[in-house]
Amino acid sequence: MRSATQDGALVSLRGVRKAFGSIEVLRGVDLNVAKGQVVAIIGPSGSGKSTILRTINGLTPVDHGVITVGDITVTDPRVDKVALRHRVGMVFQQYNLFPHKTVLENVAMAPIQVLGEPRRQVEERAKDLLAGMRLPEKALSYPGELSGGQQQRVAIARALCMQPEVILFDEVTAALDPEMVKEVLSAVRKVAEDGMTCILVTHEMRFAREAANRIYFTDKGVIVEQGEPKAFFENPRDPRTIEFLDKVL
Amino acid sequence: MSETTILTDIFRWLPFVLWGFALNILMSILAIMLGTAAGVFLGFGQISHVRLIGRISRLATQLFRNAPWLVLLFYCIFLMPYSFTVSGVTYNVPSWLRATLGFSVPVAANFSEIVRGAIGSIPKGQWEAAEVLGYTRTVTLFRIILPQCVTRMLPPWMNLYALLITATPLASIVGVDEALARTQAAVQSEVQPGFLIPMYLTLLTMFFLYAYPISRVSAALERRFQTV
Repeated sequence: MRSATQDGALVSLRGVRKAFGSIEVLRGVDLNVAKGQVVAIIGPSGSGKSTILRTINGLTPVDHGVITVGDITVTDPRVDKVALRHRVGMVFQQYNLFPHKTVLENVAMAPIQVLGEPRRQVEERAKDLLAGMRLPEKALSYPGELSGGQQQRVAIARALCMQPEVILFDEVTAALDPEMVKEVLSAVRKVAEDGMTCILVTHEMRFAREAANRIYFTDKGVIVEQGEPKAFFENPRDPRTIEFLDKVL
Repeated sequence: MSETTILTDIFRWLPFVLWGFALNILMSILAIMLGTAAGVFLGFGQISHVRLIGRISRLATQLFRNAPWLVLLFYCIFLMPYSFTVSGVTYNVPSWLRATLGFSVPVAANFSEIVRGAIGSIPKGQWEAAEVLGYTRTVTLFRIILPQCVTRMLPPWMNLYALLITATPLASIVGVDEALARTQAAVQSEVQPGFLIPMYLTLLTMFFLYAYPISRVSAALERRFQTV
């Protein structure tokens, strides 16, 4: 029915442009993510990586272009927001757990309150997800009692509990102490390996290389280069990519 | 000799003044209730995304917050009808009640700022996290933002109340028969010259004993919430 579904993409961005005032953050971005794919977006700070992510679930409205997720047109002003939130989960750099709610409530509240699913069923699922994140004993703790790495894993469980089709990971390890980066990355990896479609913005090049099927490199609001991880990291072609990889690797 | 007569005179007048003080307390409690309720709405209005509501709420807040309480009191006293009629029965609005409404105006404006400040102090990420989970702005405000604000709003709210109770003697200027008016009456009807200062000191002590514990509790709460 739409071109996005015809070429098999779950998430599709076409000619997406966005300016904040006079600053053009996105200058024509095209991106396709197939179901089950793990895509990493890398690039220098201020290149628009996080903005791309935020346009996909409508957090940042775009000026031009079309974004679709499955059969939902995100850029349609009359888009069904709840359906979109149901389908697209997001994990933030700063975890953003609700400090006045227990871990279990954080994970289970939205499916119960927003999607209207039965409490018992959601709480079962939430407990399973917390177990999967190796946090089964923390269900009744408050976020403030957890380490950064544990909080971020709760945030991942919270996103999963909505049973989305795609999860956006926005620099999820950037705020963590170094010793906690690993536990969160392996949690993300587990989510990806379980078949979830993932789009991650990350500074962890090694992780991007190991976990992603496809790498997108952004610079100054455009996608400069994309490819399979191996080819991308071993034979970058664009001079901007080469320069960036020289700096970070 | 004269000290004991002063003391007995004070004790003679004390119930009279205390009843006046009860009116101060009544006015302050009603005004804090009314002002808080109105302040909540004004505060929500200030953060509204409807431009007109936001603008009006901010204007009202700034106007009433930066006006002298006495001027607002005069306005309420003289602008409000002295009586109103509902289905044939005429009710008089006593001056203390009009004064109470006059006090609730600056209370509302100040609480509006407390509400706005508390909501603004919650990290933006909380709104975004809720949005991403499908919560609307209103539901986010009530379920996620405000529960986190209550502890932040409590100490400044109690400070506001302490300010309010100490402002209530202003009502004596517009003829309300409260503690200060009664103290003045007592001083004027006693002939002995040494009576004035101790009598006012008594009034001062009354207010202090009532307001000081409130500010102590407020300070203690503030310290407690800071550590969390």
